[in-house]
Amino acid sequence: MVLGNGASSSSLNMKSGEDKVNSNKNLSVLVVDDDPLIRMLHDMHLKKFGLNPQVVEDGKKAVDLFRIGASFDLILMDKEMPVMNGVEATKELRDMGINSMIVGVTSRGLEIEMQDFMESGLDFCFEKPLTPDMITFLLNELNKKNDDDNND
Amino acid sequence: MDLFQLQRRLVDYRASLYHEDFLDEQFSQLQDLQDENNPDFVVEVVTLFFEDSERLLNELAKALEQPIIDFKRVDAHVHQFKGSSSSIGAQRVQKACIAFRNYCEEQNVEGCLKCLQQLRHEYSLVKTKLESMFQLEQQILSAGGSIPM
Repeated sequence: MVLGNGASSSSLNMKSGEDKVNSNKNLSVLVVDDDPLIRMLHDMHLKKFGLNPQVVEDGKKAVDLFRIGASFDLILMDKEMPVMNGVEATKELRDMGINSMIVGVTSRGLEIEMQDFMESGLDFCFEKPLTPDMITFLLNELNKKNDDDNND
Repeated sequence: MDLFQLQRRLVDYRASLYHEDFLDEQFSQLQDLQDENNPDFVVEVVTLFFEDSERLLNELAKALEQPIIDFKRVDAHVHQFKGSSSSIGAQRVQKACIAFRNYCEEQNVEGCLKCLQQLRHEYSLVKTKLESMFQLEQQILSAGGSIPM
């Protein structure tokens, strides 16, 4: 896993199961991946945490959603996709001024490739596939981030 | 065979699949995601994997038949196959993909063709094993039992 600026691996604050599901209902998530199997898997993983993700199959569709005014707290971005890949889509979103949490989820495990992806503007980068621990980590980071935003 | 024997058989069969590396930890994560609200999740995901795989194997065969082989294209297909097999925990298929990608990089036609054969072989093995496992599960359910963890 690669951590971006501002990330810390502080201890996880585990809420009780039901609390966890309820407190996540207000978070919006977008899954961007060209593989229908991965989309199905990530969707199910996130649903287990009480989230209801929107799912698109390439970077351009993700960018278009933001252009028409949609917004998401968390974006799970695959790297290799047709039409517009994860690197391009992330750069585009950052250029548009989007500061949602963008997390790269890639099947390429090479350090240098993850670094390239990070540099396009990711907050974190994980190797596929997503696991419950990773989601717990991200949700914690999101809650911290929302707290920070509220305190500005 | 009575219910208890069927359940016993399933547990042993499953254990052997893990032991022989047909399946890995990722597959148990899939099973963990299944619950009363999504009782067919594993079967759905695996079915999708079968469809995806068969399509990819066809694409690979076609790509390697071309007079001038587009190795980038071949690699892209193998990359996808590696991704999906690793996501469902089909470890031996995933490993076959890794070897395949090395030959793509070297642009080694012979090597690629051999790997395709190997990939087909591993895929059909895991498909058969998974189908047998699902059949056993169905038998247990039909006999009024529940699937042991």
